[in-house]
Amino acid sequence: MEMTERHVMGLIEMLYKMADDQLIIGHRNSEWTGLGPILEEDIAFSSMAQDKIGQSLALYELLHELGEQDPDTVAFTRNAEQFHCCQLVEAPIGEFDFSIVRQYLFDQAEALRFEMLITSVYEPLAMVSRKFRGEIKYHVMHGKTWIEQLSKGNEESHDRMQQALNAVWPLALGMFEEGDYEKEIAEVHIFAGEKALQARWMETVVPFLSSCGLEIPAHSDAVLGGRKGKHSPELQPLLDEMCEVFRIDPSAEW
Amino acid sequence: MYGSAYIDPNTQFEGYLAPGEDPALLAEFEARIAAGDKIEPRDWMPALYRKQLIRMIEQHAHSEIIGALPEGTWITRAPGFRRKLALMAKVQDEVGHAQLLYNAAETLGKSREDMINDLLTGKSKYSNVFNYPAMTWADSAVIAWLIDAAAIVNQLANSKGSYGPYSRALDRICAEESFHLKYGHDNVVFLATGTPKQRQMVQEALTRWWEPIMHFFGPPDNVSQHTEVLMRWKVKMDTNDNMRQMFLNMYVPKIWDLGLSLPDPDLRKNEETGKWEYTEPNWETFKQVINGHGPCNAERLAVRRMAEEKGRWVRRAILKENTPYAIPLS
Ligand SMILES: [Fe+2]
Ligand SMILES: [Fe+2]
Repeated sequence: MEMTERHVMGLIEMLYKMADDQLIIGHRNSEWTGLGPILEEDIAFSSMAQDKIGQSLALYELLHELGEQDPDTVAFTRNAEQFHCCQLVEAPIGEFDFSIVRQYLFDQAEALRFEMLITSVYEPLAMVSRKFRGEIKYHVMHGKTWIEQLSKGNEESHDRMQQALNAVWPLALGMFEEGDYEKEIAEVHIFAGEKALQARWMETVVPFLSSCGLEIPAHSDAVLGGRKGKHSPELQPLLDEMCEVFRIDPSAEW
Repeated sequence: MYGSAYIDPNTQFEGYLAPGEDPALLAEFEARIAAGDKIEPRDWMPALYRKQLIRMIEQHAHSEIIGALPEGTWITRAPGFRRKLALMAKVQDEVGHAQLLYNAAETLGKSREDMINDLLTGKSKYSNVFNYPAMTWADSAVIAWLIDAAAIVNQLANSKGSYGPYSRALDRICAEESFHLKYGHDNVVFLATGTPKQRQMVQEALTRWWEPIMHFFGPPDNVSQHTEVLMRWKVKMDTNDNMRQMFLNMYVPKIWDLGLSLPDPDLRKNEETGKWEYTEPNWETFKQVINGHGPCNAERLAVRRMAEEKGRWVRRAILKENTPYAIPLS
C-alpha cells in the first residue's frame, strides 16, 4: 500500500508521543540524582535517565528529518499543551515506591513497543528500535528486581508497593491512549497500534505482578488526554524549569 | 570531585604510636612506605594512620555526594540536549566516586552507614566549596571547570599515597575527572565567547567563586610534627600552598585568555621566584564556613537528611546485616 499524507501524519504523531514520553520520564528520573535511597540507585536512575533522554533525542532527530524543527527547539521551546506525552511520565517522582512502579510499568511497555517497531516498514525507526531494545532490557530488569525485592521484603515495603501500584495503574493505562491515525499506521505496517501493544503489555505485567503477591487494581479507568495535549498541572512547571536557561537568550549557543 | 588532606589545626598530636603498638612493626611499615609499597587493608598499620585515612577518605566521599547537590539542581535546567546529557553523566560520575570512596574507607573498618550518620550529625566534614550556592547556569559551568580542576591537582597528588585501595580509587577517579574538566572548560568557553548576557553571567559567577576556590586547598600548613608524620607515611602528599600554586599556575592564564577577570588586583606571577602572588583569602570566613556557618551548610545537610529519611524503608526492606569487612572495589 502506498504512503499517503495521512500515513505520514500518523507517523509524525506517533514519533512525537514516543519522544515526548522519553524526554519527560528521563527528566523525572534524573531528579533522583543525589536523593536516592542508596547511592547505587542514584546511579541507576541517572543512567536510565541518560538512556531515555538520548533516545528522545534520536526520535526528535527522526522528526527533524521529516521536516519538523531541530531537537533543541522542539524540546526546549514548546509549552505543555504542545506536548504529547502521557500523564504517567509527568507525575513528580514522589517516593521511591511510586517511582519504581512507574519505571517498571513504563519500561515494560517501551520494551514491547520497540520490539514491535523492529519490523516497522519505516526503516529509520526500525533501526533505532533495534538499538534501544538492548538499553531498555536493562531498565526492565532493574524495575523487576526492585519490585520483587520490595514486594517480598517486609510488610511495610509490601504495602507500599501495593499502594504505589494502585496509584500508578490508571496512569499507566493512559500510555495506550489511541491516536487519530491508528488505522493508517497499522495498515501500512508502521506500527500495529496501541490496543495490540496494551494486550501484550497486560500479558506480561499481570503475571509478574501477581507472582510478587501484588493485586492488579480492578475497575480502574485509564487517565487519558496526554496524547492530545491535555496534561496534569505538573507538566508546565516541569517545562518552565527545563527551559529556564535556554530561554534566557534564545539566540545564544550554549 | 574533591579530596583534601586538610588537617584541622585544632587536632592534638598525640604521638604516632598508640599504647601497645610495636615499634618494630612501625619500622617495617615505614620502610615499606619509603620503598614505595602500598599498604593493603589486612596489613598492619598504626592506629593514627588508620584514623587519619578514614577521616580523609570519608571527607572526600562526603564531598562527592554533597557536591552532587549544587550541580544536580542544574541537570533539570541544562540548556539543550548536549549539555543536559553531559551534566547528567558528570554528576552520576561524582556519585560513583562517593561509592568507590566509601568502599575504600570501609576497608579500614568504618561502615558506610556510620560515615553517613557522622555526616548528618556534622561530626565529619566535606569540602567547604559545596557550602556555596550555584546561583546560575554559569556557576555550574565554573564549578565543573575550576573546582574539578582544583580537585584533580589534589587527587593526582593523593593517588601517589600509600594506602592501596584509596590510591587505586583515585586513579580511576582522576581519569573521569579529566572529562569533567573538559566539559566544564567547554561550557565556560561558550559562555565567555557568547552573547553579552552569557559573558556577564560567567564573569559574575567567576567573581563569586574566586574566594571559595582560593580556600579550596586549605590554609597554609603550619609546620607541625603531625603534618611531618603524615607526609612521611604518604597520607598527605603535598602542602596546601604548593597545590594552590600549581593550580594558579595552570588555570589563571587560561582564565585571563578568555578575557575574564579575577577579583584580586594583586594576583600576578612573580617571574623571579616563579611563584604566584595574591591577596590571602579571608581564612576567618573559611573557618566560619567549616564550622557550619556558610550560606548553604544547613540546606545541604537538610537535603541529605531528607534523602536518608525517605529512603530508610527501602534499606530496611533489602539490606542484609552489616558485614564488618568490605572487599575493596579498587
Ligand atoms: Fe568526583
Ligand atoms: Fe568531577
